[in-house]
Amino acid sequence: MFGTSLLLALKEIRRHKLRSFLTTLGIIIGVASVVTMVSLGNGATQSVQEQVSSLGTNLLTIRPGSGFGRGGGARPAFFDLDDVEAVRTQIAGLRIVAPQTSAQATAIYEAQNWSTTVAGTTNGYFHASNLELAAGRIFSDAELAAGKSVCVIGETVRANLFRNAESLGKSLRLNDVSCRIIGVLEKRGQGGFGQDTDDQVVMPLKTAMRRLTGNQDVQTILIAVDQQFDSAAIGDAITSLLRERRHLRHGMEDDFRIFDSKQLSDTLSGTTRTLTMFLGAVAAVSLVVGGIGIMNIMLVSVTERTREIGIRLAIGAVRREVLMQFLIEAVTLSAIGGLIGLVVSFVATLLIAMAVDLPFTFDFGIAALAFVFSALVGILFGYVPAKRAASLNPIEALRHE
Amino acid sequence: MTRLIEVRGLTKVFGSGPNAFKALRGVDFDVESGDFVAVMGSSGSGKSTMMNILGCLDTPSTGSYRFLGHPVERLTQDQRALLRRRYIGFVFQGFNLLARTSALENVELPLLYRGESRAARHKGAMAALDRVGLTAWAKHTPSELSGGQQQRVAIARALVTEPQVLLADEPTGNLDSERSVEIMQLLSALNRDGGISIVMVTHEAEMAAYAHTIVRFKDGLVLAIEQREESIRVRN
Ligand SMILES: Nc1ncnc2c1ncn2[C@@H]1O[C@H](COP(=O)(O)OP(=O)(O)O)[C@@H](O)[C@H]1O
Ligand SMILES: [Mg+2]
Repeated sequence: MFGTSLLLALKEIRRHKLRSFLTTLGIIIGVASVVTMVSLGNGATQSVQEQVSSLGTNLLTIRPGSGFGRGGGARPAFFDLDDVEAVRTQIAGLRIVAPQTSAQATAIYEAQNWSTTVAGTTNGYFHASNLELAAGRIFSDAELAAGKSVCVIGETVRANLFRNAESLGKSLRLNDVSCRIIGVLEKRGQGGFGQDTDDQVVMPLKTAMRRLTGNQDVQTILIAVDQQFDSAAIGDAITSLLRERRHLRHGMEDDFRIFDSKQLSDTLSGTTRTLTMFLGAVAAVSLVVGGIGIMNIMLVSVTERTREIGIRLAIGAVRREVLMQFLIEAVTLSAIGGLIGLVVSFVATLLIAMAVDLPFTFDFGIAALAFVFSALVGILFGYVPAKRAASLNPIEALRHE
Repeated sequence: MTRLIEVRGLTKVFGSGPNAFKALRGVDFDVESGDFVAVMGSSGSGKSTMMNILGCLDTPSTGSYRFLGHPVERLTQDQRALLRRRYIGFVFQGFNLLARTSALENVELPLLYRGESRAARHKGAMAALDRVGLTAWAKHTPSELSGGQQQRVAIARALVTEPQVLLADEPTGNLDSERSVEIMQLLSALNRDGGISIVMVTHEAEMAAYAHTIVRFKDGLVLAIEQREESIRVRN
């Protein structure tokens, strides 16, 4: 009996191609939008997580100042080396503590010049920021201790000053300071947060302080937290330590800020995930609307096909067979719609991901879910019209014009 | 001969209360196996109501209906559908073929509901179309066929299950006299050569002349039953 109904349903779908297509359109759009939205949202989340983790995980960046957009007033003081030393010795669970000072400078090599940022820091900076070397080496202990005029340059700087020529071992001038290139950083590319690490020159902290900035200010303290420790708790400990050292009384606002990369990562991926869910929910509504569309068209077709149903009953169809035929028609239509929707969403996700430069991810879980849901929609919204068709009085149905 | 149909004291009331209408008011009437019965009577006399009950599409209000000795009123709705599927063929005034569906598929449909295989359906349907002389038109849809041809497809559809009885409610009502005669000759031949019992409603004496028995209806009652010696013999 099921086979009969299936055969009849398929015949009926094939016989009315346009009607069938219009019926499935709602489901196609519904499934395609749900799966596309969720897949793109997942791609965005993944992209955010990748970008944040490229900064280094469990990274605390401490800078003076009280938040964004606070113009006017006295500028809060920078940190000094004693602050750095205090953090290093008094706070447990820190893997790396790297003080950093920076200045704008024009780098000159022969006829080429390039305006860039100079960072004076320690080797911890490279480790904490996950910076790899393309060539050469980082600073030796002796160079750091003595404040030697050596530097590691970013790829952008190298490309602008040296083109295809060898840069290792050459000396470039930063303002008036000459320094020898001992290493070149691997290209990381744009698209992270924070500064462009390709466009910088890194020197030993001492060298930068003595010869470039001319003071003992530490503008940034970069801290890598040990994996086992909670970066938020450590951030709190550092805050109270620094407040004390900067003589901030109770009730006064912090005059420095700690950026926690983990918190940033969590917040951002949490946001994109919420957005994904929201978009998915909106799209799910269109799936339900698609289901109602199927019900609508099936109901109309019960009315249209009243005589046909009467004929079927008169020549020996059992009511269950009529019910089954209509139900299978609805389910088949919505399942076909679901399948087409999946194909559409796959292509759409691929194209959009390429267009807006997101990693292509296709969420097979949500695809399966949307497909099952579309078939359920077929059963749910197919039942009412099918029931109505099956309960028609054959005599009246036959008399129907 | 087994008595195919036996109807006793059959009544049918439509509606209830002051609007109740008695379409059948106590009908007694038999059909012997192999008989060709013409039911005649003015419009509204209850002929179609009677046919619907005979075809198990409707149930009587009171009275008894035995089909091959079995009391039909005790059957469930599904059992009546199965009885219809197995023993009864229907031919309607308005042909009632499925639109956009080829003659062959229309004729195959009852076999499909009976669960026959694809090959058996095709074979059976082609044989039935052959009996009504329409094998050449098997692939055509109803809109491509004349009224007479459509009615012959409908007859083939009724025949395909090899039923005991063919119930035809004004089968020539929508046809001109020439086509009507063709249909009557076909029915007559099926009755004579195929041994199929026929109960046919008609207004026209010319059509009733093909039957062996004429049952006259008036106001929901059987007025007279005439056995005819001289039904029209089909030359063949
Ligand atoms: N479903 C129905 N509800 C109410 N009255 C009906 C119904 N079917 C038939 N009738 C009435 O019953 C009477 C007999 O109808 P019918 O059997 O169709 O007559 P005939 O076929 O002899 O012309 C008519 O008066 C008709 O109006
Ligand atoms: Mg009638």
